[in-house]
Amino acid sequence: MTNRSVTKTKEQVIETGLFVVAFMTVVFLMLILGFLLTRAWPAVQEVGLREFLTGTRWMPSSRTPGYGAFTMIYGSLMVATGALVVSIPWGLAVAIYISELAPAKVREVLKPTVETLAIFPSVVIGFIGLVVLAPWVARTFGLSHGLTAFTGVIMLSIMALPTIVSIAEDAIASVPQEFKEASYALGANKMETILFVILPAARSGVTAAIMLGFGRAIGETMTLLMVAGNALSMPTTRVLGLPLPNFFGSVRTLTATIAIEGLDVPWGSLHYSSLFVIGGILFTFTFAVNLVAEMVMHRKEV
Amino acid sequence: MESKQPVMSSRHISLWYDKTRALTDITMDIPEKQVTAIIGPSGCGKSTFLKTLNRMTDLNPAVKMGGFINFLDKPLQQYDVVELRRRVGMVFQKPNPFPKSIYDNITFGLRLQGVKKKSDLDAVVESSLRRAALWDEVKDRLKQSAMGLSGGQQQRLCIARALAVNPEVVLMDEPCSALDPVATAKIEDLILQLKQEYTIVIVTHNMQQAARISDGTAFFLSSQLVEYDTTVKMFENPGDQRTEDYITGRFG
Amino acid sequence: MSKYWQQKLFTIVVSAAALFSVGVLFFAVYWIAKDSIGVISWEFITDMPRRRMTEGGIWPAIVGTVYVSLLTMVFAVPLGIATAIYLNEYASKGWVVRMIRLAIRNLAGVPSIVYGLFGLGLFVSTLGLGHSLLSAALTLALMALPLIVSASEEALKTIPDSFREGALALGATKWQAVRHQVLPFALPGMITGSVLALGRIAGETAPIILTGAAYFYPLIPRSVGEQFMALPYHLYILATQHEQVAVVRPLAYGTALVLLGLVLSMSMGAILVRSYIRRRRTW
Repeated sequence: MTNRSVTKTKEQVIETGLFVVAFMTVVFLMLILGFLLTRAWPAVQEVGLREFLTGTRWMPSSRTPGYGAFTMIYGSLMVATGALVVSIPWGLAVAIYISELAPAKVREVLKPTVETLAIFPSVVIGFIGLVVLAPWVARTFGLSHGLTAFTGVIMLSIMALPTIVSIAEDAIASVPQEFKEASYALGANKMETILFVILPAARSGVTAAIMLGFGRAIGETMTLLMVAGNALSMPTTRVLGLPLPNFFGSVRTLTATIAIEGLDVPWGSLHYSSLFVIGGILFTFTFAVNLVAEMVMHRKEV
Repeated sequence: MESKQPVMSSRHISLWYDKTRALTDITMDIPEKQVTAIIGPSGCGKSTFLKTLNRMTDLNPAVKMGGFINFLDKPLQQYDVVELRRRVGMVFQKPNPFPKSIYDNITFGLRLQGVKKKSDLDAVVESSLRRAALWDEVKDRLKQSAMGLSGGQQQRLCIARALAVNPEVVLMDEPCSALDPVATAKIEDLILQLKQEYTIVIVTHNMQQAARISDGTAFFLSSQLVEYDTTVKMFENPGDQRTEDYITGRFG
Repeated sequence: MSKYWQQKLFTIVVSAAALFSVGVLFFAVYWIAKDSIGVISWEFITDMPRRRMTEGGIWPAIVGTVYVSLLTMVFAVPLGIATAIYLNEYASKGWVVRMIRLAIRNLAGVPSIVYGLFGLGLFVSTLGLGHSLLSAALTLALMALPLIVSASEEALKTIPDSFREGALALGATKWQAVRHQVLPFALPGMITGSVLALGRIAGETAPIILTGAAYFYPLIPRSVGEQFMALPYHLYILATQHEQVAVVRPLAYGTALVLLGLVLSMSMGAILVRSYIRRRRTW
């Protein structure tokens, strides 16, 4: 009898232990968030969140310091958006090809090949951008150097590609066969079926893929650190009198700023704290993007 | 029906999966050392009822239950569930040997109880396999994977595995539904052998099978127990029109 | 344009996009390989960097990457597997479990540099672990955790319920069923999943820049409290930070190839083993 109760206690201990470990993930996330907030607080208090989000003068170690991070927010949004403009059509096309057009044998090779791109360390992608794409950009567009937002956009779109392909492909593959058959039975051809039946039916998954791709692009560090030039500027150009971002200028992203300045900054200084503000902005941003992607993905298809 | 002492008796058992009712007010006795068959169309609740008898239904958090079931002298809920499942063994619809050797499959339950001595384990392996009429077919390959056996052999292995922990009751959930006629005949012979020593409850959709091997038969229909009597009576002179309709093949 | 030609054009464009993505991959590998094959030699792999990194090899960076990745796994694998076991075998529905799943997905989405900043703030400065192998590995472990949880859960999901039921019906306790009839069969999948995560971790740069990777530290670390060199950071330095970037370019190519080779072979190996296990599976 006591043997039984010993076993029972042991079972209870194991279950509780496993729960505690699993719950640690929540603790870790809270710890990261809480830590970012407490370390960012001094700078927010001293400078004001408004200055961080809208100011354009970033000189935290100057004698007359400036903490405007808008330049970097601009840079981050610019390259991430640019990268998505390239990788959404590209990724969707690859996903459509894999799930609807490719012969079985090609599909078996193609999907893992695209997913292999996701394994490439970002520093290697950055290196390729640096030695291959940047000189080409400089030559082709007659620039003094090729470390531009455009270069970053191209390399980043390659990095976002696997995320978009793999989630969009899952979404497209899970569209019920009956939808396709119904469409063909109504006399639609393959292209019409894909564009007007399959893609709309898979839109939740496709939207989620785009959101996650965006989150990945905003959070990418090394590639942009190596190829986007890191200049604290907001390059613009005028097209028909309208100011538009100039992709052939250099930009610096939020992520690159932390990587560049994080190593030399004196711990506890206002500059140190301001880097945590930037970290907090990044965290909030990706958290929101992931949350929306999550909600979109789990929404019931209508 | 009351000729023998009941081993298990259910009283007003009702059961829901979330909001779906699966059993309604089931009251029946399971007599000792007999074969009790439960028949009925798909979805009538017969498998669910079987699973309440060793509390496998506890595994599904969506299940809510009312009523009680006695096993020998006390309700199932008063037993330690692990001990209960050892004493009320179960054989599943699809043969589910573990992907281990035949020997390890049979000894799994005993090892859990801490039996380590090789001579003890060997003895149980042989006696269980003999009782499951499988010994002669596998005695030379006890160390080989159970996954290499035929479907019928796998199911007899699962029966032997259940017998190895020396249960008092053996529950069988459509044990022949995945098997061919020859393998089915072997299992049926085996069941008739086993009732000398064990109380057996078998769920089946095959009425001929129920007629061939059982002493008592219960007919379930849409979550209710329609009729429960000796097998002879049920098949020759059923008391309820619905039983007769089902047995004569008018629906189901 | 007739419907027929529209469809033809559509097919061509879509196929070209797919082909192009494969082209990019092979082009990338080719471009690195063609300029680095000549650099790779036994000395390059096994030598210390010399003369302000303009000569010599990358041995400490290789060792550093291996050390930090393995140490990361020491922290992350047990936690990740235990979490997956809880989620797949024990957890019932409820808000706590939803919260755990949400936390895991969000951990997966946090940018790597934010992990680095967090590691700098907590492990390096607040806890006083300094720029060290330990700080870097703890930081990377947080990143690896969601990868390992999802890989392990996938492995557990492949085990049919009949294994669990079979064990429980024989009088096994919950843990005995998991321990004897679930884990042994899920373990190969968990290990290959962890190796895949290891490949991703080994290539990470941003988190270790701030937590322990050294610009130049031509020693093999003897304790977890020491700084270390790492291949990804070494490549970054040779490519952009070195004062003689042009002179060390061949070394950068060589480093890139070694890093890529290491990461790809780990991942490919894990994928091959996984498909082998799937084919061998008897249930």
